[in-house]
Amino acid sequence: MTNTTFSDWNGDINAIGPIYPFVGWEVLMVIVLIAFIIWWHFMQIRMENDADREAAEELRTGDNLARALEAEHTPERM
Amino acid sequence: MDKDIGAIQILFTEVYYWVTVVFMFLIHVGFCVYEVGVSRRKNHLATLMKNVMLIPVVSVTFYLFGWWLYSAMVSGPGITGGLVASPFAEPWSELMGPHMGGAPVSESLTADDTALWARLNGVFWAAFLLFSWTTASIVSGSIIERMKSGAFWLVAIMVGSGTWIIDAAWGWHPSGWMVQLLGYHDAYASGVVHAIAGGTVLAVLINLGPRIGKFREDGTPRSIPPQNPWLVCIGLFLIYTGFWGFYAACNIPIYDVQVGDGVFWSATNIYLQAVTLSGITFNFIMSLAGGLMAGYLVSRADPFWTFSGGLAGIIACSAGNDLYHPIQAFLLAALIVAIIYKLHHWVERRFRIDDAVGAVAVHGYSGFLGVVAAGFLLWGYPSSPDALLEHTEAFARVTPWGQFIGAVIMFFVLGFIPGYVLSWILKRIGFLRISRELELAGLDYHMHQRTIRDDDELREALAAEARIEASRGGGAGAPRPAPAE
Repeated sequence: MTNTTFSDWNGDINAIGPIYPFVGWEVLMVIVLIAFIIWWHFMQIRMENDADREAAEELRTGDNLARALEAEHTPERM
Repeated sequence: MDKDIGAIQILFTEVYYWVTVVFMFLIHVGFCVYEVGVSRRKNHLATLMKNVMLIPVVSVTFYLFGWWLYSAMVSGPGITGGLVASPFAEPWSELMGPHMGGAPVSESLTADDTALWARLNGVFWAAFLLFSWTTASIVSGSIIERMKSGAFWLVAIMVGSGTWIIDAAWGWHPSGWMVQLLGYHDAYASGVVHAIAGGTVLAVLINLGPRIGKFREDGTPRSIPPQNPWLVCIGLFLIYTGFWGFYAACNIPIYDVQVGDGVFWSATNIYLQAVTLSGITFNFIMSLAGGLMAGYLVSRADPFWTFSGGLAGIIACSAGNDLYHPIQAFLLAALIVAIIYKLHHWVERRFRIDDAVGAVAVHGYSGFLGVVAAGFLLWGYPSSPDALLEHTEAFARVTPWGQFIGAVIMFFVLGFIPGYVLSWILKRIGFLRISRELELAGLDYHMHQRTIRDDDELREALAAEARIEASRGGGAGAPRPAPAE
């Protein structure tokens, strides 16, 4: 079994084309990449929205927001 | 012999672009350092992450469609022709991966395609990609401390893998329709990188709004000074350094520019017009000097605007820095920097635009004015060596009106309008700006809370350990008592 389209490095180098494995599967790899990118952005947006909502709720509670603003000016706590 | 020279030409070009990518990487390092220096302490980490993560986000989309757009959109399409077939740049092409240049496997490619592109496709792709990062990173600085990172990354994809590379196909390609019909000349990307990014930033800032507290009731701006001036200055120094790589990557290092009989090897600009790296070096330095000196004076020695003035000076002259005299470059840089400094503060007061790093002015206004100025200074110059490109009809020459139309296309048509539409949509769906609470507390709120909780627990744990040790009695080798809480 081999995953390559050429046999060795000792022949005519000029005849060698693509050197990555699984030549012929490029379209499938592109589809996988597109699916991953869309999934990543979907997850990122959800994660960021959740974090923002949680922080906002927490900061609206008691004097949390005032304490957070105060901490901005306390170097060792930042 | 010809074959040997051809091989050396390709190999040298491959190595040349490979090295320019290293230098251009410094631009991004500089932008990151600079932005963190400008942001307030409560936003440092989020600011850094926002700019770092545009690297993968833009890179992947540039791989998928950005690089293809550059070759495919040269004619508009629909202005001087249709979509141009670019099989080497399609993401599923065998040339979008390691290839030795032998006969193609795919039927859409020829042996000539593989022989040429096997060694150039990746390094050209990367050089253009680094311009993409820069274009997106220009947007990144202005919107710090209040824009959602996810929203910014969508804007980064639009400008980094979409609009800027379309404008490059139109006006920064030897056969681009703007070059052919308008005589558009923008050798080092005043318009195609900087004006478009500046236009996009301005549009996003309008929809995003200012940071809380930036403006007083009467509309006058409060200063939110850089939190770490040293980082800001080092960041801008790194951007200057990376800018050398940027200029280098705008050249083709060795090309036979002689039309007809004979051979004349030369470096060329992006339009394949012969240039000397020596001449460009004069102009790069002199435009930097002019920008720095003007920035220093108009800002009354403000370090932030002096450094930014240097950068704006180079950008202001970049459209014609392949042809200007160094003294012209110096004077033009100084003049445009003085104008954009005033313009920045006027726009800030008049329209309450909170541009945290002055990117609209440094990149947008400078780039726009630089393109227009090139129309006057280079009036009548041939825009590119059309015969070398085997075009049967002569291209338009450089004119003030051609450059003005080009600048409008860069800043407004491909910069402002798409930026406004996308940021308006994001605003409408509530995904443009962070909550007011988080903005007040700082984007690093969660991380700081975690750090504080962990720190408190650690202190308690250490204090408990110290009490146990103390109860066992002191002595040689016993740990010192824990400091008082």
